[in-house]
Formats: sequence, C-alpha cells, structure tokens
Amino acid sequence: MTDPRALEPVLGESPVTPGKLGGESEDAFLARFEAYLAGGGSVEATDPMPDAYRTAVLRFVEMHANSELMGVLPEREWLMRAPTLRRKLALTAKVQDEVGHAQLLYRVAEDLGKSREAMLDDLLAGRTKFHNVFHYPTRSWADVGIIAWLVDAAAIVAQQALRDSSYAPYARTMRKICWEESVHIMHGRDIVITMVTGTRRQRAQVQEALDRWWGPLMQMHGPRSPRERDLDLRWRIKARTSEELRQEFLTIYVPRIREIGLVIPDPELRFDEVADEWRYAEPDWDELRSVVTNHGPMSEARLAFRRLARDETAWVRDAILAPPRAA
Amino acid sequence: MTEPGPAGVLEPWEVFRREKDGDPMRHGGSVMAPDAQLALDYARELFGRRQESVRLWVVRRADILDLDDPDLLQPPLDRSFKKPGGYVMRDKLATARDAAGQAKPRARPR
Repeated sequence: MTDPRALEPVLGESPVTPGKLGGESEDAFLARFEAYLAGGGSVEATDPMPDAYRTAVLRFVEMHANSELMGVLPEREWLMRAPTLRRKLALTAKVQDEVGHAQLLYRVAEDLGKSREAMLDDLLAGRTKFHNVFHYPTRSWADVGIIAWLVDAAAIVAQQALRDSSYAPYARTMRKICWEESVHIMHGRDIVITMVTGTRRQRAQVQEALDRWWGPLMQMHGPRSPRERDLDLRWRIKARTSEELRQEFLTIYVPRIREIGLVIPDPELRFDEVADEWRYAEPDWDELRSVVTNHGPMSEARLAFRRLARDETAWVRDAILAPPRAA
Repeated sequence: MTEPGPAGVLEPWEVFRREKDGDPMRHGGSVMAPDAQLALDYARELFGRRQESVRLWVVRRADILDLDDPDLLQPPLDRSFKKPGGYVMRDKLATARDAAGQAKPRARPR
C-alpha cells in the first residue's frame, strides 16, 4: 500500500479536520471525513469525528489496552522465580512497562467517550476481549523468554504499523510504546540464547516452550481478511492486514529462531520464492475463537486474578476520589 | 480559560505549537502578556504568522507543574536492563549458531 503521507511533498499538508456542518446528515459527514482520512489527514481527541469512526478507534484501542493489562499476568507468575537478580529486575521492569502501556492506552480510549471503570467492568465481565496469547499458562522460565522475544516481536510488528494511525493520540502513544517494546524483545532473546547455550535440559525446555507457543503465535494476528472490507484499514486506524503482519513476523523471526538451532513445529513452513511469501500450516482458528471468548486454559484464572486485584485496590481509588475533609 | 491576573502586570506564558497535523505539541517559546487573551494574540503573532503552526497551546508559566529532581528522574543506579544496550548477545549468539551448525542468516529472504 502506498503510504498516503508519502504524498505530502507533492500535495501539501492535509487540510484541517472537517467538522459536521449544520443540518448535514451523519452519512454525508462520514463521506467528507473519509475523503479527509484518505488524503492522509489525522484526527485529534478534541476534533469532531463521525460516530462510526469514534466507535471503531475506541474498540481497537480498548482491546489493545486490555491486552497490555492482562498481558502482564503470565509473566508476573515468574517474578519471584527469576533465576538471577538482574533477570528479576528486567522482568519487573517489563511488567511495569506493560502496565504503563495499559495506562497510556486506557487514557487514549477514555478521551473517546468511555470511562476507564466501564472498560474494566466490560473486560472483567467478559464483554470485551484481550489477545489470545495471554490466555495460556507459563510452564517454565523458557516461556518467559519465548513470550518476551516472540510474543512481543509479533506484537511489535503490528504496533509499528500503528505509529501512523489516523488517530493521532494513538499514533503518538504507539511511538513511545514501540520504543519500550524493543527492549523487551532484547530481554527475551537474551534469555532464550542463554538457555540454548546452557545445559541439554535448558535447551529442551526452550524447544518445548516454542512447541507450545508456536500455534498461538501464528493465530495471534487473526485470519486473513479482505482488505476492501476492513474499515479499520480504510480509515487508517491501522495500516496493514493480518496476513501482512504474519508474513513480516515470519520473515524477520524464522531465520533468527532457526539460527540458534530451534525447530519450528510446522513441517509445512517454507518460503515460497515464486509467490514471494511464507507458506505455513493453516493456524487453528477454532482454537483462536475459543480462546479469545475466554475459553482458553487460563482465561478464567487470569480474569479472576484481575478481579481480585481490582477489589483489593478499590480503597485506593476511593481515597483518591474522596472529597477533601474539612480542616 | 485561565483567570485573569492583576491588571497591568505582565507575566510569562509558555507557547506550545503543533507544526503539522498529527505531530505532538512541542515547546515553541514564551510571550509576556497581562492576560490570557493578549497571550493568545501574541502567541499567534510570534508562532502562527507564517502558517508554521496548525495549533497553539498557551499556558501561564506559573500553572506549569515542574519536576526536575535528579533523584527521581536520573537515579544513579544501573538501569541498563531497561535499555537495548543492556543486552549483549553477540558471543552467546555465535556459540548457539556454532552448536546448531547454522550459518549467519541472510538479512532477509526477500
């Protein structure tokens, strides 16, 4: 896809975000707004925007925020079991970063008209979703390495494509988030490489972790979907299709995984030079559907933990929001 | 809008500007003005006369919360695990590659 911003030098700067004209129908406003987006325009929180666009951005950012918040739970289970102090510091920093990302993203979402409390209510009641990869157990320290390296890598491929989102507050937030995620990938890769150069048992643990995580990783970006029917693409909330993201992930990471002697558990995986794309066994979309609707192996346990954490910290929120006592 | 200050007293206002659609607001400079309206007018004259800004924010300097405590922002501890440079994998990677009998991968297969 041609980057619309690449045309700026010849077209000049984008016009000012269109507002809804008096008496204009929502459809007519949307049509003018779409033309503005197609010309590379970006939208700020306080700009007028059609309801359909506002809802689409909110839905997208809310699921992203939910995933950051829930995504720390698999890793937090290993904070107290990290093998060295430095690993523990690094993992703690990563968990802090991800919670921070959730804070930044909920803030972006709140400006679109849904309160943080409502978003947490919906998440904990199972009415909204979080990414599939956070519904699985972490069985060994190798899982911590595979998650930080490959789950974060698959995520950053998607997130880098969001730095040019038409919704500018999201785009700016993604620039900060991508910068931090790049450190997580280093931390994860370092754990994995350390383990594969360790004992036979450590090496086997990494391979076993990869075997378990490969399926969810291939499902993570979602099934192929036609570009022309995707409103998030049309409105430039995101820039790339699921399949484009998966292909890029494979292009960068398959060589790096194989380089250290790990075997990817997909006998059909190969790069098709003629078609110029990766071929792979069809990911298990039934598993993806089941997992993201909270029927994954750890879905209930993770939500229960998050509910507990929310209940236990209610007094802090109450204290902050309480009116100041008269002196 | 901010409350008007005492009449006739000039005070500094900080001006933040967005250069083009989608950019972050960046500090541009400051103006002296006796009230919010004149601060906006001066900001427009100084930072918006050549169409170099698509948006300005003008904030009374006294209203800005300032934090520059190095103990909080630049603590003298090793935080290298929070930075990409904190992970040096070259030698380990070469060992892993040798053990696996793998060559260094090409940059990208396409």
